[in-house]
Amino acid sequence: MSAEGDPRLGTGTRADFPLLGRQVHGRPIIYLDSAASSQKPQCVLDAMNSYYETINANVHRGAYEIAARATDAMEAARAAVARFVNAPSADEIVFTKNVTEAINLVARSWGGANLGPGDAVVITEMEHHANIVPWHIMAAEKGFELRWIGVGADGQLDLSNLDRLLDGAKLLGVTAMSNVLGTLNPVRRLADAAHDAGALMLVDAAQFVPHLPTDVQALGADFLGFTGHKMCGPTGIGVLWARAELLEAMPPFLGGGEMILDVRKDGFLPNHIPHKFEAGTPPIAEIVGLGAAVDYLEGLGMDRVREHEVSLTAYALRTLQDRYGPELAVHGPSEPACRGGVLSMSFRDIHPHDLSQVLDDRGVCVRAGHHCAKPLMRHLGVPATTRASLYVYNDTSDVDALADALGDAGEFFG
Amino acid sequence: MAGLEDLYREIILDHYRNPRNRGELDVPPAIQAVGFNPLCGDEVVVYVEVSDGVITDVSTGGQGCSISQSSASMMSTAVKGRTVAEVRRLVRAFKRMMSIHGSGIGGTGDDLDDEPDSGNGTGDVKLGDLEALQGVVKFPVRIKCATLSWNTLVQALDETFA
Repeated sequence: MSAEGDPRLGTGTRADFPLLGRQVHGRPIIYLDSAASSQKPQCVLDAMNSYYETINANVHRGAYEIAARATDAMEAARAAVARFVNAPSADEIVFTKNVTEAINLVARSWGGANLGPGDAVVITEMEHHANIVPWHIMAAEKGFELRWIGVGADGQLDLSNLDRLLDGAKLLGVTAMSNVLGTLNPVRRLADAAHDAGALMLVDAAQFVPHLPTDVQALGADFLGFTGHKMCGPTGIGVLWARAELLEAMPPFLGGGEMILDVRKDGFLPNHIPHKFEAGTPPIAEIVGLGAAVDYLEGLGMDRVREHEVSLTAYALRTLQDRYGPELAVHGPSEPACRGGVLSMSFRDIHPHDLSQVLDDRGVCVRAGHHCAKPLMRHLGVPATTRASLYVYNDTSDVDALADALGDAGEFFG
Repeated sequence: MAGLEDLYREIILDHYRNPRNRGELDVPPAIQAVGFNPLCGDEVVVYVEVSDGVITDVSTGGQGCSISQSSASMMSTAVKGRTVAEVRRLVRAFKRMMSIHGSGIGGTGDDLDDEPDSGNGTGDVKLGDLEALQGVVKFPVRIKCATLSWNTLVQALDETFA
């Protein structure tokens, strides 16, 4: 592997993604917003189209051939997802709309049944709103306490008072990788500490699963959520993995078709897991697309994906430092091995909205804003940042284009 | 594709670099309102002092991009010394200029008709320097930046002179 990204990835995979061959404002698209949503390879689009063209029918209960094949395709995707994160059983894979719904499912179902006055849920200051607001909502309803692990030096969690925070806690919810700082959190260590304190471990893996090999058992998680559209899959499909015994004990989340074994005038009997948590017709094409995305990433090899991103992140940090020195701050860990390819930048005093406008003019797609992490923004003391994020199809030329466009913005705003 | 110069006119950059009426006013006598742009985290604070139906002083604070900050600065110079009624007409004219005329881009433009036009037309309102902000319309995601301080001003006036 070269020091600046794996040539089989980056340049080598770009042709798999039809959108990356297009132009915007008369310039090639430089896509650096994969932390918000990744591009989709042709194989994922083909899988979804093929589903609609050849076996489109509602799943489960259909006694005809294409309905059976649609069901098989959906359940094959579930098995692929289970294998991808090393879940002990495909029955532990619950399809949701996205990771936001996955966490809301846990908060509403598990939280509703298990949390009350005197209890505590611990989360961190670097959580995405998706792992904050559901707990705010449930805390207001159930009267439990919400506690916060702070962010310390170099964008790492401040774990100095972890034992005290976990004392009496019933759940620890942590992002495996910050969507703003790129910080890779010590999930296993935190899970062990949570379990020692008698708490369960929920992992928001939205930014982790697309970029690193994931083993839910090795991580020590009890709940782990991720989302399809950040990992080469379509929008509208996410995953909650949870240990079977937890899912078995949890009450249903949404009620309706598919999630029942029996319905009478005086009540209902919930279906077995995972169907108990999948009310209504599922997004079948999206599930098939997610399965194809998993196949695609496995074909690249998640170890190689990670190596590619570490070396590309190192190149980006070095390039930005060489070109702009102290005028440009990249928030988060300085060591590429401790972080993902998420580069949240503050450049001089140019507002991120203005910066991203000039970058857009140069065809460079980045995200400006608070990245749904307002508590973290307050900690950093900035209203917003400009975030560039890397994925399998990026290479050093994208980083160079970003650096050039930043220079243009610097000149524009003098 | 509209060029960056359509967006960042010289007068806009001037108001951004040298904002007018920046700061705080004592509350009371001034009234204060805070506006947020949840999209980008921008925050504008508008202080306005009204005496006998005339805006005698106005000041703005907060943080944001060049468009939101310059628009706040230009708003402050445009409304100072005018009657509340005149200012409401000016706001309507400004928001009309800043709307994507029925192009149907959902959620990006501000509602033109959040106040019914009750015959006190806006045709005679002179926008002057504010017309420099017209180029923002070509960048629909930035319209909310430009209208933030104006909506916040209306919020302050509505709370007091509903």
